[in-house]
Parts: sequence; C-alpha cells; structure tokens
Amino acid sequence: MKFMLLQAYGGVPEGVPPMSEWAPEEIEAHITYQKDLNAELRERGELVEAQALTTPELAKFVVSDGRTPVVTDGPFPESKELLAGYRMIDVESTERAIEIAAKGSAAPGPGSVPIEQSIEVREVMGPIEH
Amino acid sequence: MGMGRAAEAEDLLREAAPRVLAAVVRRFGDFSDSEDAVQEAMIAASTQWPTQGIPENPVGWLIHVASRRMTDRIRSETARRGREDLAGVDPAEAEPPSGNDDTLVLMFMCCHPALTPASAIALTLRAVAGLTTAEIANAFLVPEATMAQRISRAKRSVKASSEPFGMPAEEERPERLRSVLRVVYLIFNEGYLTSSGPDLARAELSAEAIRLARIVRLALPEDPEVAGLLALMLLTDSRRTARTKANGELVPLAEQDRALWDREAIDAGVALLAEALGRGAVGEYQLQAAIAAEHATAARAKDTDWREILGLYGLLERMTGNPMVALNRAIAAAMVDGPQAGLSLLEDLDERLDDHHRLHATRAHLLEMSGDSEGAIAEYRIAANRTNSLPEQHYLTTQAARLNERHC
Repeated sequence: MKFMLLQAYGGVPEGVPPMSEWAPEEIEAHITYQKDLNAELRERGELVEAQALTTPELAKFVVSDGRTPVVTDGPFPESKELLAGYRMIDVESTERAIEIAAKGSAAPGPGSVPIEQSIEVREVMGPIEH
Repeated sequence: MGMGRAAEAEDLLREAAPRVLAAVVRRFGDFSDSEDAVQEAMIAASTQWPTQGIPENPVGWLIHVASRRMTDRIRSETARRGREDLAGVDPAEAEPPSGNDDTLVLMFMCCHPALTPASAIALTLRAVAGLTTAEIANAFLVPEATMAQRISRAKRSVKASSEPFGMPAEEERPERLRSVLRVVYLIFNEGYLTSSGPDLARAELSAEAIRLARIVRLALPEDPEVAGLLALMLLTDSRRTARTKANGELVPLAEQDRALWDREAIDAGVALLAEALGRGAVGEYQLQAAIAAEHATAARAKDTDWREILGLYGLLERMTGNPMVALNRAIAAAMVDGPQAGLSLLEDLDERLDDHHRLHATRAHLLEMSGDSEGAIAEYRIAANRTNSLPEQHYLTTQAARLNERHC
C-alpha cells in the first residue's frame, strides 16, 4: 500500500516559534531526526520518495481557460495551508503508515520537545483489483 | 586471477566505449542503431574477454564486432524489404580507430546546439561516459523510463538537425567546444552541489565530469580552457569531504578542516592551471580555477590572499558580465577593504539579481561582518525563504538562529 504523508506550513501548534528562532543545536537535532527517519524507511524498503518544497513565498498559482494562463505569485494569505514537504511510502498496512506519520510528527523542536507537526496521511489510489 | 582479469576487462571496456561508438556512428551514420550494436559488442566482450583473454587491439575488436552487428542488421532489413544487397560493407574493413578525435566528435554531437542542457547532459553521460540509462536516471532522481525517453528524444533531435556526423566546421568549433565544456561543468556541479548522505549516487557525477574533461583534454591537449576547466574541477572537488558534516549539512569554506582537503587533487589542479596560464589565452575557467587555487593553497583561512582573489573576480566579471561573479567580488572586496566596501558593491546588484537568495545571503554575511546582527538576521531569513536548496536552507536558517541566540 502506498501512502503520501503530507505536511503543511501551518501544521504546528501555536507557540512553536519559526526555526530561525531556535537554538542552532535544536535545528541540527531536528534535521538529524528527519534524516534518520528517512534512512530507517529506506533501509526497511518502505521509502519511495521524500522531498521538501521551496517556501510558499516562491509558490505560483496557475489558472488557464486553454488560451491565456493567469499566473498568480505569492505572498498568499492562505500560505499556512500550502505544502511544506512529503514522504511517499510503500508499506504493508495502514497501521504502519500511521506509525511512520506519528514518528514524523514527534520530531524534536525547541527544548527537545516534539513539535507535534500535523501529518496528513493519504493512501494513493492503485489499479483496479481483480 | 580471474577476478583481476574481469576488472581489467571492465576498465578497458569503459575506456573504449566512446571511441568505439564514435567510429561506428561515423561509419554507419545512425546513432541509435550504432549504440545498440556497440552495446551488443560490449556484452560479447564482457563475457568473452575474462575467459578467452583480452584481444591485442581491444578497440579494434569492439569496432569489428559492432560493425558486423550493424551489417547484419542492414542485411536483414534489406532482405525484409526484398531489395538487393545494398550495404556492401565488409566488417573486415573496419577502419583502425582514429581514437581521440572520434571521441571529441562524439562529444560535439552530444552537446549539439539543438539540445537543451538537460538533454545534452543525458546524452553525453550515455554515449561518451558509457553510463547505463538506469545509472543516469538514478543520478538525476527520475524514473528510468523518463530518462530513456529524454535520451531517445535527444537522439531524434540530433538526427533531425540533419547535421552530418563529423567535426563541425572550423569556424563553429570554438562555440561547440564551449558547449561541451559547459555541459561537463554542469555535470560536475550537479554532482558536487547536491551530493550528501543518501544522494551519494550523485557524487559519482562529479567523478564522471572529471573523467570527461580528461577525455576532451586527450583530444585537445593544447587548449588552455580545457585544462582550466579540469583544474577548476579538481581544485573544487578536493574539498569534497570537508564541505559537509556527517549529517550532510554544509560547512562554509572558512570553517572547513583543511587537513581533509585532497592534496593530490590540489597539486594536480595547480600544475594544470600553471600550464594553461602559460599559454596566454586566459578564459573564464582558468580564472575560476585561479581563484579556487588561491583558496586551496592557503594554509589557513586567514592566510587567504584576498587582494589577489579580488583582482581575479574583477577580471572574471569584466569577461562574463555575470552578476553572480559580482556577488563574489563584493565578498572579496569586503575581505580586503572592510564590509562597507562589499555592501556598497551589492547596491548596484539589487535590480540585476531581482530577489535572488544569494544576494540576500551575501548581504547577510557582510552585515554580520559589519556588526549589524539585526540586519544580518533579517537577510539570512529572507535568503532561507528564497533558496531552492535544502542544505543551503538549513545552513542559512542556522546562521539566523546563531545570531538570534547571541542577540537575545
């Protein structure tokens, strides 16, 4: 079963400051945690792909009627809803997908406290089953 | 013993591949079919050589076998069409390999002006470096089918351009060589700038680029820019292990452990550069290599000859008009004449560089040098928000955090 684990910019509880206000060691610990999680998933053969996206500031929205595309640049008022990154995983069960999402959510923040990042877990649609 | 011979055969095959392909394409014209034929010849060699011994003239052997496949193919197609035997190509006539020139022609073809850089890169890695489509796909993190399609589209574009396989006209050669060098340098940077941790496959790209530059140099030993590019890549690559921490995060030049730098690569780069500069036609790769050499030969960061580097960036900026070079010159100016000198150079760049993250990162660095922590934090944050490189984003965020912590 393939799942997308999605995280948005605004998916952290209020009171967690932006990363540039953390202590440098806290940033390093957070990054190492995320990398270790990816390494673990890769080792278990569960990782399809993990990517971080550039910030909403660089996002563009495109709408076209088939003739003239309309391109809207940021900043966007709803930028907290925009995607920050994702992991695509291929696992045995929904339970395992939730377990991985929980691990991602508990990545450490300031004072080594889990930031409780909200992770959206979505199963990827597959072919027709016979 | 058997293992040794197999490894020897493999090295030989890799080395021979572009020359064989070039010779076969030259003879039969069709790039795709020739490539298949060469591939078959390589497979035959890799099964036969380790047991039956390596032939005296491996390249000739491969050209002979590949040409025979091509002739077979042409004969069977001819038979299928019910026509007379048209080919009349006797495999025994296989030309002796003309070697380095053929390889160069192949590179010129792969860096054809009709191709986008991404296509030229893929085709060069496939045809000249001899990487498999799967290896190239892996290095660029795209599915194999996507890369296969990119390569075959590139071949079709070259074919459709109706330019015969051969050395471009004399007057076009400098421009084509520039394309070749640019493609090689792009391959290098693709590997160098992004290789860390799990992306190790990409580090191989830098090694491939260096190998390709050596191949070009064999064909054009007198060209100072070819030597300059090779020197630049060797000097840059010498810092590979020092430029990232164990977790893949970036370490800036001034903070790198210089004991980790690869002395052998530095010596080779410096020697190549000296030889190139001695020829008198200074170009941008030589200038970049000269700057890299200044850094590489400074025992400690504080021993760096910034005045020399400032002069070199001045020359490079005049030669290229590249605003990114101007950014680096501003840093050098700050190191020589103080942060204000650098900051005022940046003012002219606002418009030309729009909101490029590197402009903000440079300004942040210079503001920090000048003691303006608050201004530096703001600029580091803007730069972090605008970069498209994850390691760089982490680095810039950490710089802001470090100042913020000290500031509070």
